[in-house]
Amino acid sequence: MSDKPVLEVDSVCVTLGGRRILDHVTFDVRAGEFTGLIGSNGVGKTTLLRAILGLQRLDEGHILVSGSPISPRNRSLGYVPQRIVVDPDVPMRARDFVALGLDAHRYGLTRRTPRQRELVDQILHDVDAERFADNRLGGLSGGEQQRIFIAHALISQPKLLLLDEPLANLDPKSVQEVVALLHRVARDYGVAIVLSAHEMNALLPVMDRVVYLTGGRAASGTTDEVIRSEVLSQLYGHHVDVLKLHGRVLVVAEPGQENEDIPEHATLTVN
Amino acid sequence: MHFILEPGFFSNGPVRTALIIGGVTAIVSAVVGVFVVIRSQAFAGHALTDVATTGGSAAFFFGLSPLLGFIGGGVIGAGAMDLIGVQRERGRDVATGIVLGTALGLAALFLYLDTTKSASTGATQQILFGSIFTLDPSTVPLVIGLSAVALAIITSINRPLLMSSLSADLTRARGINLRAIGVLFMIAMAVSVGLSSIAVGSILSTALLIGPAASSVRVARSLRPALVMAAALGVAATWLGILFAYDSFYWVPSSQGLPVSFFIVSLIFLCYLVTGIPFVGRGFRAATSRQRDVSEESA
Repeated sequence: MSDKPVLEVDSVCVTLGGRRILDHVTFDVRAGEFTGLIGSNGVGKTTLLRAILGLQRLDEGHILVSGSPISPRNRSLGYVPQRIVVDPDVPMRARDFVALGLDAHRYGLTRRTPRQRELVDQILHDVDAERFADNRLGGLSGGEQQRIFIAHALISQPKLLLLDEPLANLDPKSVQEVVALLHRVARDYGVAIVLSAHEMNALLPVMDRVVYLTGGRAASGTTDEVIRSEVLSQLYGHHVDVLKLHGRVLVVAEPGQENEDIPEHATLTVN
Repeated sequence: MHFILEPGFFSNGPVRTALIIGGVTAIVSAVVGVFVVIRSQAFAGHALTDVATTGGSAAFFFGLSPLLGFIGGGVIGAGAMDLIGVQRERGRDVATGIVLGTALGLAALFLYLDTTKSASTGATQQILFGSIFTLDPSTVPLVIGLSAVALAIITSINRPLLMSSLSADLTRARGINLRAIGVLFMIAMAVSVGLSSIAVGSILSTALLIGPAASSVRVARSLRPALVMAAALGVAATWLGILFAYDSFYWVPSSQGLPVSFFIVSLIFLCYLVTGIPFVGRGFRAATSRQRDVSEESA
């Protein structure tokens, strides 16, 4: 692992519709690291990911991926968007979608080489999706589809994999499986992962670093550095308590201070 | 046999022209149609047929080739829909609806002028419901050329097009120009609709565009078999429709024969019903998956 960051987000500001969504957000991601981008809904996680992808204009600051500014030609990035709704009627097998990860941007008819087909089989094996590789994508369960989207993003062998709320709308068992899968591929493929979520507990065992986003500002560091009462209170601008119970974390505001900015894990739903 | 294949079917000039133009048109419509179905743009496809009606009726009035009128109308309509916002998911229906309404209004005007000018209602019938037996053989090269254009567009953008049908964000992140892909596809769709307008009439070209594609998408598991199957169904329905219409001259004494379009559209609908039977879908999938190792790479 080199010391050079695969992702540098430096003092990034984004304003949308007159509202400042990101306010001098700064953090780095190093090769092979697992970073959780944590914040409640509407706090700017998707905007930040879109900015990293080069789909969102920055008002200030800059973003470097593998040392260079992001551009559509920069293929060192894999991406799993928040919502892909695949109609069950679309005539496309799961493996067809994975293969599109190699050549969706190419024009004309080019035959896929045996080498490319091997690559598809290999990656389907790696994400544990061989069982349903020949089924229609639209007919798969949420967790199965998520594996296929990850395979699609990984097949071009990016240095950095961005996932926007991949755990939302999954049942608890699938959440566990997808997190374990991401942890494994991060290591095996040497790919750095940035994953956004509004619920951090499922990620605690695998996160190397956390970027905690609220009110447009971010705090970043290891979980122990960031998920502390002092740090988060400063970020929220009012006092919050951080409770650690049975390996889970709860962020709780004082009565009257419960605002919508606190991610869902703040509400007392320990299960 | 005599009843099924009335004498002179293959030696008949207009029939030969109809078979060629009908067949080529059915293939283009089916291929474009599969993407229309995947992209859920059936409504936009239908709107283009209405704009094509406007173009065709205007061309008739000015004494121009109806085919160029159909296609010209369709391309202009596609451009208008794009400008109004067909690219945005939420703008799509509105843009389509506005263009469709305006186009039909204009078509009403031109069809009125056409019937006044030619002092018969033949023009209306011909533009709306087609008259494949009256096509001039000299249009065959033009039809084939335009078909090649539409198929070339689809072939060259097939992967970005497929990708953009699944996720706009993922497509943009790949550096693909979503709008350019959308516009090119609309042009291919306009050409396809124009071609099928001369075969089955502008109003019914939706059937040729959507029907075979919707049937094949029900049973084929991946894109390539879906395209092949849609094309085969479209051609079969068109050719059988032409045959039945030809035969129908002899069915009823002193009749003038029944409209080709009626037979084609009925056969397409029959296909759609049959492919909805679960057993048929399973059988087809089993048949295509045996060839999977041979044709692993999908289009």
